[in-house]
Amino acid sequence: MHEYASAIALRYWLKKMGYPRLIIAGFLLFLFIMAPVTGSDLATQVTNVINRFSWNAVLVLAMVPMIHSGCGLNFGIPLGVLAGLLGGTLAIELGFTGPMSFVMAIVVSTPFAVLFGGGYGMLLNKIKGGEMMVATYVGLSSVSLMCIMWLLIPYRNPSIVMAYTGVGLRNMFALDSFYAGALSEFLKIDLNPLGINLVIPTGSILFFALLGLAVWAFLHTKTGTAMTAVGSNPTFARASGINVDRIRTLSVILSTWLGAVGVLTYQQGFGFVQLYTAPLNMTMPAVAAVLIGGASVNKASISNVIIGTLLFQGLVTMTPTVITALIHTDVSEVIRIIVSNGMVVYALTRKTEEAA
Amino acid sequence: MKLKKNFDGLDFLQNNLVPLMFIIICAVCIPLSGFSASYLINEIVTRMGRNIFLILSLLIPIMAGMGLNFGMTLGAMAGQVALIFVTDWQIWGIPGVVLAMILSVPVSVLLGLLCGKLMNMAKGREMILGYMMNYFVTGLYQLVVLYFMASIIPIRHASIRLPRGFGIRTTVNLANMRQCLDNEFAILYKGVKIPVLNFIIIGVMCLIIIWFRRTKLGQDMRAVGQDMEVAQAAGINVDRTRIISIIISTVFAGFGQIIYLQNIGNFPTYTAHSQIGMFCIAALLVGGASVEKASIGNVFLGVILFHTMFIVAPRAGVAITGDAMIGEYFRVFVSYGVITLALVMYEIKKRRARSQGGELLAQAQRARREGGAQS
Repeated sequence: MHEYASAIALRYWLKKMGYPRLIIAGFLLFLFIMAPVTGSDLATQVTNVINRFSWNAVLVLAMVPMIHSGCGLNFGIPLGVLAGLLGGTLAIELGFTGPMSFVMAIVVSTPFAVLFGGGYGMLLNKIKGGEMMVATYVGLSSVSLMCIMWLLIPYRNPSIVMAYTGVGLRNMFALDSFYAGALSEFLKIDLNPLGINLVIPTGSILFFALLGLAVWAFLHTKTGTAMTAVGSNPTFARASGINVDRIRTLSVILSTWLGAVGVLTYQQGFGFVQLYTAPLNMTMPAVAAVLIGGASVNKASISNVIIGTLLFQGLVTMTPTVITALIHTDVSEVIRIIVSNGMVVYALTRKTEEAA
Repeated sequence: MKLKKNFDGLDFLQNNLVPLMFIIICAVCIPLSGFSASYLINEIVTRMGRNIFLILSLLIPIMAGMGLNFGMTLGAMAGQVALIFVTDWQIWGIPGVVLAMILSVPVSVLLGLLCGKLMNMAKGREMILGYMMNYFVTGLYQLVVLYFMASIIPIRHASIRLPRGFGIRTTVNLANMRQCLDNEFAILYKGVKIPVLNFIIIGVMCLIIIWFRRTKLGQDMRAVGQDMEVAQAAGINVDRTRIISIIISTVFAGFGQIIYLQNIGNFPTYTAHSQIGMFCIAALLVGGASVEKASIGNVFLGVILFHTMFIVAPRAGVAITGDAMIGEYFRVFVSYGVITLALVMYEIKKRRARSQGGELLAQAQRARREGGAQS
């Protein structure tokens, strides 16, 4: 009898976890077990995974508000990334250096994020039900418009403009004298002196924890509850006196702002700013991560973000070293493409979110 | 009466906003670019020959109400796989092209079947699903071409293999196949080369599409496109019809990609397909098509306008700003912008229709209730 009950519990648990997530988690576990066998240092691997987690987690968090309010997966995250890039480059242009430039980057990017997010939110209100496709193309067209703007905005700072002509920003520039490591150097735990190759960027993780807590708390306020109501049943929400359009716009602004902060967090860890078409490469990892974490097109939580980012970034960082050592061929890039996009395709074909 | 006329004008403007915008852009950019008329016309005729077939492949899913088939890239990949084999077997010229087309069919059918089945699982989200399928299948394509070819799948010639022994080189050279269709029966008229055979193939394809619309299957597709539930009630197998429409589109896209690549003469193995979907869809929309309605006329107008813009934008960009990159980015921005605009207009229209439908239903119910109360 007891065995029977536990079998049911197991099946329920399996169903709740979802097969793709289990397969990926199992694969990651396999990689961790194989890592010592192939001769790569486990501590280094763990450091890499934690590092990549701290870079990307905020960007993944940016998916949550829009999923909550029923706007679907935020394929328009490049818009937030652009706000962040504007904030970052303008802060540098204004002459800020060191960690102060990170604070200023967030401050400067905020009005852009509110502006972009507001316009984007109003557009999405006009096309309820078809958000995801339009969001994708809003992202694509805004990034290509900004490609022109990066050339036309008269930036002067010699460390970020093109070295040769002095007009237009570089494709990529280092942040060494600006906000590189602004968070990750804060309270950093480094076990290298003890002979263990483990580095934990405490500051970045704390920053993510802070933002995650803030979003969680926000979703439990009156406005946040209204957002969940709008997402799960817009008709009911309207009947109970909630201004659906306003709440949706608010969620889009929030997502866009988190995208802006997310890309700045990414850059401070990575140490470089990438411009022009680079923002487009930010979308898929973030969308795939939140889906792998167990979110669906209309449901997401902070724990989905944490689990998803760990699993996805674990996969991305572990496969190159471990699989390459195992079969002497680097298939990591292909695995990343198949897993991340396969995950999105899988999520789109789920019947449960038919309600939208 | 006057009011009515004004209203029509506005309606016309709204429905043809994108083509009109493009005519203006082209009219401004052509003189700025400083290209000679014969060069420009030659370029456009060449591009018509190589692109129209690909764009025609988009028409059938639109008819079946599945929107713009972003998954046409799947067919393009199938075409490329077939071309790699034909290159390896060194079958050149028109026989090579025909063989590649035949070889691409099974791959296209398989991918189209997969795509169609998934789209049936995600009704109402076909476009985003097709868009994501591109990336997903690109991953599979890379796995096969970069790792399986020459290791599992036999590839004989070292010239197309990567130096490490397996996988295909980053460029596949089709020099011996280059423009074999274009040059057959080509007519040179005042510096403009007209690829007659290409246009014959396109003409036949247009006739096939026109004929197909009148067949039983074509009529079924139109019914499904209008209203899936009504079609289902009328005894049409909706899911099957939708899958067939995607398969047809994928197969034609494969043929289209082969025609396209034989004109170019070589292709980057891992990226040749990535932008095809975007450019074809943008060109179709520029021609005045929308997500739910597209005709052969839209295809021709779209190719002419879109490619005129594509040819002149970089040079016009240099003339205006002194920077070639700006023109380059501008044309990419315009392509994306057009698709965005079309999608937004489609969704707004769909929503308006839905709320109107709801109102009509409510009115009918109210009327019935009142009628019931009176009797």
